[in-house]
Amino acid sequence: MSDVSAKSVLTTPIFKNNPIALQVLGICSALAVTTSMSVSLVMTLAVIFVTAFSSLFVSLIRHHIPSSIRIIVQVTIIASLVIVVDQILKAYAYEMSKQLSVFVGLIITNCIVLGRAEGFATQNPPGLSFLDGIGNGIGYGFILMVVGFFRELLGAGSVFGFTVLQPVQDGGWYVPNGLLLLPPSAFFIIGLIIWVLRAVNPEQVEENEFKMKENTQPKEAV
Amino acid sequence: MAQSNNSIKKILTVAFALCIVCSIIVSTAAVALRSKQQFNQELDRKSNILEVAQLYEPGMDVNETFESMITPRVVNLDTGEYSEQHDPATYNAFEARRDPASGRTLSGEKDIAGLTRQELYSTVYLVGDPDDPEQIILPIRGQGLWGLMRGFLSVEGDGNTIIGITYYEHSETPGLGAEVNNPRWQAQWEGKEIFDEQGEIAPAISLVKGGADEKTEVDALSGATLTSKGVTNMLQFWLSPEGFGDYLARFRAGVDQDEVQGTDVELESEGA
Repeated sequence: MSDVSAKSVLTTPIFKNNPIALQVLGICSALAVTTSMSVSLVMTLAVIFVTAFSSLFVSLIRHHIPSSIRIIVQVTIIASLVIVVDQILKAYAYEMSKQLSVFVGLIITNCIVLGRAEGFATQNPPGLSFLDGIGNGIGYGFILMVVGFFRELLGAGSVFGFTVLQPVQDGGWYVPNGLLLLPPSAFFIIGLIIWVLRAVNPEQVEENEFKMKENTQPKEAV
Repeated sequence: MAQSNNSIKKILTVAFALCIVCSIIVSTAAVALRSKQQFNQELDRKSNILEVAQLYEPGMDVNETFESMITPRVVNLDTGEYSEQHDPATYNAFEARRDPASGRTLSGEKDIAGLTRQELYSTVYLVGDPDDPEQIILPIRGQGLWGLMRGFLSVEGDGNTIIGITYYEHSETPGLGAEVNNPRWQAQWEGKEIFDEQGEIAPAISLVKGGADEKTEVDALSGATLTSKGVTNMLQFWLSPEGFGDYLARFRAGVDQDEVQGTDVELESEGA
C-alpha cells in the first residue's frame, strides 16, 4: 500500500478490485434491496456516505485507536453514521426509507464498510481514506445498479419506475418473470457479473485452493 | 506511541471520548429531525385513509383535505358505541392494546388474525356527516405470510358495502403478496358486501380462488395463498363482533338513531 494515488484508490474498486465481484463482500444487502433501481440508488448513496465518512473519521484518529478495541471503535463510528443516515432518510425520503426498512440499519454489518475502515483507513491519511471509501461505495453501487436494472426490467418491466416493457397485467405483452423479484435471482445476476468481469480481466481469476481428485472407484451409494 | 495507546488509561479515554462524540452526533440528528419524521408518518397515515376513501389525488394538500372531510371517532368495540373517554386525535389503539387496562389477550381459536392482543377501543374515520356518514373507514390488521399487515377498510354508510381496502404497512413478498397494494386488485373490492343478509352477525366476505362470483367474494392473489388467507382472516376477525361487528350492526339496522338502539339489542340477543 505504499504507492497509492488518489486516482487509483477512487477507481480501482469499481472494476479491478470490486468489493462485491472480487472480494465477494456485502452480498446480503445486494440481494435484498435490488428489486427496483430507485431503491438501489438510495442504498448506494447511503453506503457511499457511510464508507466515505467512516473511513475519514477512523483515519483521523488512527494514531489514537488502541489496537485492543479498534474494531469496537470502528463499529461505533460506523453505527453512528448509519443511524444518522437512517434518521435523514426517515425525515426527507419517507417512502424510500419504508421500502429499505431494516436494510439501512444493516449497513452497519456490511463487511465492505468495516473492511475499508480496518484494511485501509487505519494505515492511510484521511484524504486518501475518504476517497477510498467513496471508491468502494461506488464499486458496491455499480453492482447494485446493474443487478437492480436487470431485476426491475425483467421482473416488473420498468426502469426507475417508468414502464419500458408493458406487462400483461396492465394490458401489455410482457410476462414479468416473478423469480427476478425474489432474492435468489440476485445471486444469478451477481454470478454472471463476476463471470463477465473475470473474463475481461483474467488476472482476477483465483487459483484453485485444492484440486478435485478424480473419482477412481465409482460405487453406488448404499 | 503504540505502547501508550494500549495502556488502560488510554483505552478508557478513547472509548469514553468516542462514545460522547458519537452519542452527541446521533442524538442531535434524532432530535433535530424528529418533528419532520413525525410529520411524515402522520402524513403517510392520513394519505392512506384518504386513498382508501377514494378521496386521494396526487399533489393535493393531504392535511387540509383530511381536516375538512374526515372525522375521527373512538369506538368501544364491545358495545359498538362511540366513546367520549378518549380523544380521537391523540388516542393510539395500536399502543393501547399492550396495556392491560385498555387491551385484552385473545385466546387460541378466537385469534384467527394472529394478533395475540387486541385493544378495547379503536379509532374509526368517518367521511361526511358524523351522525350519518357516507363512509366508515376501519383500521384492520393481522398476520400475513411474513409479518403483521396493517391497513384500512372503507365501508359505505350502510355498514355493509365495501368501497376500498389498502395496506400501509406489510412485509409481504414483492410481486406476490405485496400485490395487496396493486390498484388493479384493490379495484375489485368496490361494491363487494361484507354480510350475506341482513341480521347475519358473522361476516361472509372472503378471498376465493378461481373467480369471485358472489357479492361477498373477492378474487384471491395468485401465488400468494397465505397472504390471501391472512387478508380473509383479518377481515373475518375485525368485522365480527370481536371487532367492529357491533358497531357496523348499528348502521346496517337502519339510519334512524332510536331504531338503531332497538335493533342493536335485538341483534345482541339473537347472537347470544
